[in-house]
Amino acid sequence: MLNNILLLISITLMYSTPLIFGALGGMISERSGVVNIGIEGMMTVGAATAVCVGYNTGNPWVGFLAAGLAGGIIGLLHAVACVSAMADQTVSGIAINLIGSGFSFFLCRLVFGAVNTPAVPHKLPKILGNNIENKIVNYFNVDITVILAVILAVLMWFIIYKTKWGLRICAVGEHPAAADTLGISVKLIRYGCVIVSGMLSGFGGAAVTLAIVSQFSPTAISGQGFIALAAVIFGKWKPHGVYFACILFGFAQALTILLGGGKFPVPSQIMAMLPYVLTIVILIFFVGRSVAPKASGEPYQKGSR
Amino acid sequence: MDRLNKILKKQITATFIAIFFGFLVATVILAVAGYNPFEAFAVLFKGIFSRPKYMANVIIKATPIILTGVSVAFAFKVGLFNIGAEGQFIIGTVAAAMAGILLDLPAVLQFPLLILIGMAAGALYGAIIGFLKAKYGIHEVITGIMLNWIAFYFCNYIVNTHTFHQDNSTGSKNIREAGFDIIYNWKKSAGGKSFLKENPTLMEIIGKTDLNIGIIFAIAAAIIITIVLNKTTKGFQLRAVGFNKDAAEFAGINIKKNMIHAMLIAGALSGLAGALMVTGISHKLSTLGTFENYGFNGLSISLIATNSPIGCIFAGLLFAGLLYGGGSIQSEIGAPSEIINIMIGTIVFFVALSRFIPVLVDKYGRRGGKHVK
Repeated sequence: MLNNILLLISITLMYSTPLIFGALGGMISERSGVVNIGIEGMMTVGAATAVCVGYNTGNPWVGFLAAGLAGGIIGLLHAVACVSAMADQTVSGIAINLIGSGFSFFLCRLVFGAVNTPAVPHKLPKILGNNIENKIVNYFNVDITVILAVILAVLMWFIIYKTKWGLRICAVGEHPAAADTLGISVKLIRYGCVIVSGMLSGFGGAAVTLAIVSQFSPTAISGQGFIALAAVIFGKWKPHGVYFACILFGFAQALTILLGGGKFPVPSQIMAMLPYVLTIVILIFFVGRSVAPKASGEPYQKGSR
Repeated sequence: MDRLNKILKKQITATFIAIFFGFLVATVILAVAGYNPFEAFAVLFKGIFSRPKYMANVIIKATPIILTGVSVAFAFKVGLFNIGAEGQFIIGTVAAAMAGILLDLPAVLQFPLLILIGMAAGALYGAIIGFLKAKYGIHEVITGIMLNWIAFYFCNYIVNTHTFHQDNSTGSKNIREAGFDIIYNWKKSAGGKSFLKENPTLMEIIGKTDLNIGIIFAIAAAIIITIVLNKTTKGFQLRAVGFNKDAAEFAGINIKKNMIHAMLIAGALSGLAGALMVTGISHKLSTLGTFENYGFNGLSISLIATNSPIGCIFAGLLFAGLLYGGGSIQSEIGAPSEIINIMIGTIVFFVALSRFIPVLVDKYGRRGGKHVK
C-alpha cells in the first residue's frame, strides 16, 4: 500500500513536470496579453534540440540550456508576429506548432538521419544520484527537473504578485492603453513575456527527452503542449493554479498507469481516458467560469482606444 | 497607385504572398541544409502533376481535410475555435465503421446510412463542446482538446473489442462491402471492370487509386455552408453571435442555442469527413498510435483560406498536394520531407501576418500620395 502511494506520487511528479514548464510559459505569455497556442510546437523544438545538443556534447545540461534557447527563438518569432506585426495570435500559434514540429523532425533527420534518435549518453541527474539501493528512498529520488519546476512556479508567483514587473505584466495584459499612458512599454513587456514563454516551453520539451525518456521520437511530445494550454485556462492564469492543474493532470495519468495494470476489469483504453474525463468533470463542478486577462488575444496599437 | 493599393489590401493577395514566402523560406532552409532547392521543387511538382494518378491521389488526400477545414471555418464564423475537429473526425470514423460491420443492408441503404451515422456521431460529439461552453462557460479549446483524447482512446477501445477486432492484426474487421463507396463497388462490378479496361486513363485514375465520391461531398458541403451562412436567417444569427455577442443578444438572438447549433454543424462536417474515410479509403479502423492530424490540418486549412468555406477547397488541395508531392522529395533527393511541414507552417505564419499588409499599404500609400501633391 505504502509502496503504491509512493509510486503514485513519483509518477505524478514525473508526468506533470514537462506540463508545468509549458503551462507556466503559456501563462506568462497570456498574462501579458498574447495567447500562446504554440506551446506544443515550442516544446517539440525544445525536445529535439535537447537531444541533438545533449547527444553531441555529452552534457545534458548544455542540451537543456540549448532547448531553452531554441524555444526562446521560436518564441521570438511568435512575438514578432503578435506584437510588432499585430498578427492574429491564434493563427500565429498554429503556425508555430507546424513550424516547430516540422523543424524538429527536419533537424533530427539532418543530425541523425532518422526521426527516432539514439539515446543521449547522459540524462539529467536525479536529485539523490543514480545509485540508490533503498526502494522507499528511491521513490523520492525524482528527476532534478521536478525540483526546478517547483522553484519556477514559486519564482513565477513571486514575480507576478510581489514585484513591479509582475504588476506591469498584468497591467499590459488587462489594459495596455492604460499601461502605455503610464510609460510602460507594452511592446517590451510583451516581447519579454513571449520569449520567456518560448524558453520555458523549450525547457519543458527537454524535461521529456532528457529526464523522462532519453531520446527524441515523433511521439515524444504528443499533446503535452495542448494539455499545458488547457492547464493555463484550468489554473485560471494564476501560477499556483496552473501548477496544481498540471499536478492534477499528472496525478490522473499516474492513476491510469497504476490502475491499468490489469488489476481491475476495466480495459486499459477506457482507463486512459480518465485524465481527460476528470478534467472536464472538475471544470463542470468545481472550477466554474475562468476569465482570461482582458486584453489577451488583442494586438495593441498605439493610440487605439 | 490607388488600384495597386486596393489589390494589395485584398485578402487573396495576402494569401498568395504567404504562399510565396512559404516557398522562399523552404528554399533558404534547403539551401542551408545543403540540398538544391530547385531540384526539390521540381520533384515536388512532378510528384503532384506528372501523372493523372498522382493528381487523383491529391484529391483523395484533400477530401477529409477540406471537410474538417470547412468545419473549423464554420465554427470560427460563430466565434468558436474548433480545435476538437480531430476528435469529431475520429468519432465519425468509429461510428461509421461500427455500423458498417454490424448492419447488413442492401448497398442502396447501407452506404448513405453509414454516412449519416458518421455525421450524426460527429455532430453530437461537437455539440458536447457547444453545450459545455453555453451551459458552464468552459472554454471550447479545453473541452476540444480533452474530447480529442477521449475519442482517440475510444477508437482504440472499439478496435480491440471482441466484436470488432480482426484477429492477427492491429485493426478492426472490414466493414461490409455494401457500405463501400459507390465508385469502389462500381469498379469491382463486371460492367465497371470491362469499361475501365477500355479506358486506360480512367483505369489509372479510378482503378489504381482509392478515388471516391467524397470530394463531391466536400465541395457540396463548402457551398452549402457558404449559402447557409450568407443567405439564411440562421446564418445571419450565427454570424451575429460571432461578430459581437452582446449586440446579438441585445437584438434578441439566443446566443447559447446558436453556440450549440454551430458546434453541432461543425461536428457533423468533421464526422462526415470521418465517415467518408471509412467508406472510401480505409474500410476499417486501425489502432491509433498518434493523432492522424485530419482535424488539426483542418485548422491550418481554414486559416490559409482565412475562414472562407469555398477557400477551404483550394487550401485543402494545396495542402494535400504539398503533403503528397513532398513525400517524393525524401525518396528522390534525400532531403527530409518535413521541409513540407515547415513550408506549410510558414504559409500559415505569413497568413497570420497578413493583417499587417493593409497597415503598411496605408502608411506608405499615404506617404506616396504626399509626394504626388
